[in-house]
Amino acid sequence: MKNEYDIIVVGAGPAGSMAARFAAEQGVSVMMFEKDRDVGYPVRCGEAISRAGVEEFIEPDERWITAHITKFSFVAPDNTEATLQFDTEQEGYVLERRIFDYELAKTAVKEGAQILTRAYVNGLLIDDDKAAGVKYEHNGEQKELKSKIVIAADGVESRVGRWAGLTTHIDFRDMECCTQITAAEISIAQDTLYFYFGKDVAPEGYFWIFPKGENIANIGLGVSGMIGRKFSAKSFLNNFMEKNYPDASVLTTIAGGVPSAITLDKISAPGIALVGDAARQVNPLSGGGIASGMIGASIAGRIAGEAIKRNKLDHLLSYDKAWNDRLGKRHETFNRIKEGIFNFSDEKFNNIAHSINKIPFKKRTLGKVFRTALLNQPSLLIDVAKVFIV
Amino acid sequence: MIENRQAKNGRLMIEILPDKCDYCGCCVGVCPEDAIELKEAEIFIIDERCTNCSKCIWSCPIEVIVFNKEGVLSLLV
Repeated sequence: MKNEYDIIVVGAGPAGSMAARFAAEQGVSVMMFEKDRDVGYPVRCGEAISRAGVEEFIEPDERWITAHITKFSFVAPDNTEATLQFDTEQEGYVLERRIFDYELAKTAVKEGAQILTRAYVNGLLIDDDKAAGVKYEHNGEQKELKSKIVIAADGVESRVGRWAGLTTHIDFRDMECCTQITAAEISIAQDTLYFYFGKDVAPEGYFWIFPKGENIANIGLGVSGMIGRKFSAKSFLNNFMEKNYPDASVLTTIAGGVPSAITLDKISAPGIALVGDAARQVNPLSGGGIASGMIGASIAGRIAGEAIKRNKLDHLLSYDKAWNDRLGKRHETFNRIKEGIFNFSDEKFNNIAHSINKIPFKKRTLGKVFRTALLNQPSLLIDVAKVFIV
Repeated sequence: MIENRQAKNGRLMIEILPDKCDYCGCCVGVCPEDAIELKEAEIFIIDERCTNCSKCIWSCPIEVIVFNKEGVLSLLV
C-alpha cells in the first residue's frame, strides 16, 4: 500500500467500483476500502435491473444473469393480474449480485484501482476544512490513509458524509425498510417480474416476486418508516408466505434499506463526493438503485480524476450539477409520481388492473396502457413506464 | 453485547437485540444524531448521542430494535 492516494473510495459495491474505475482509468491512484469480508456479499437487493442500465457499464454475462425479463405483471388487491410485455430495448435482468458486484470490482482493478476488504472506515482526516483521507480499522489495528479526495460509496448506512458536515440522514418516512427471502419451488413465469399492490400486502409500496431461474425467486417488500411504526415489513412478508407459499424452502433471508426520495441537497463538499445509496441516488418510483448509483458514481469518478489531473480540487464541486442534469432532476419527477401512485386506494388499483386487461394482450404496450387505461389520474402515470427503464 | 447505558437525557430507552440483527443499516440511515455504529457484524447505540427519538425502532424491518424496560415503562406513564 502507498502512503497516500489521489482518491480513496469507501465501499466496493457497484457505485464504489464505478467511481474507482472512472477515476483510475485517467491514471490517478485509487484505493477502495470495503468493510465487509467479501465484495458482493451479503446481497441486500431484489437484483432486478434494466438491460440498458447494465450495458452502459459492462457486457452482459450469463454468469451473473439469472433471468431475462420481458414482462411485468401487476397484481391488484383483488388478485386481478395485469401483464405487460416489453419491447426488446426495454428488457431487464435479474442478477446474481454476488458475482455481478465481484465482476464490477474487477473492472476497477483492471484500470489500476486497489481494493482492501475487512477495512472499516471509521473517520475522516480533515485538513484545512477539507477531507484529506480516512481513518480505518483493519485486522484489529487502527490506521490512517491520506488522499486528496474521498468518494463515499458507503451505502444506505452512510456515515462518511456526516463526518464531512453534510446532512445525509434519511427522513424515516422516505426510508423503505425492506425484508426479502430467496425461496425455492416458487412456480412463476421465469421471464416476468411480479408486483403486488394493496394496503394488506404492501401499503404505500409494492411487494415483489422476481424469478432467478429454476423456480428460485426473490420475494420481498419495503414499507416506509411511517408504516413500520405499526407493522414491520417482516410481518407483511410472513403473512404473504403463510397465505401463498406456506411450504417454501428458504435459501436466504435478508433485511435492507432503500432511500426512496430525491437525491440529497448536497452530494459534494471540499475533498469529498457521495455516490450511490450514500447520496440517495435511488430511483424513488421503482426503488432501483444499482443503475442510477453506477451512473452517479461514474460521473463522480470522472470529475474526481479530472480534478486531480488538473490540480484543481474544487472542480469536484461541479459533480452536483452534472448529476442533476443527467438524472437527479428526473428523480424529482419520479418522486412526485411515486407520491401519487403509492397512495392509490385498493379500489383504484383494482380498476386500473381491470382497465389494462380490457386491452388485447398484443396491443398492451406500456405506451398504450398508460394512454388508455389510466382514467383515474392519467397525468401522473404517463411517465411511469419510463421509470423501470432507467 | 448491550450493557445498561445512559443516554443524552440520562436514560437510554432503546436496545438492539443482538442475536436478531441483520446489520442492514436502516436504523443508521434514519438516525438524525449519528448515534448508531455499524460494522460488518456488530452494532451498538452511542448512548451520549441518542435522544430516544425512536426512529430506529420504526425503521427496523425485522423487529430487532425495541424499547428496553425503561422505554416500556415510559410509554405507560
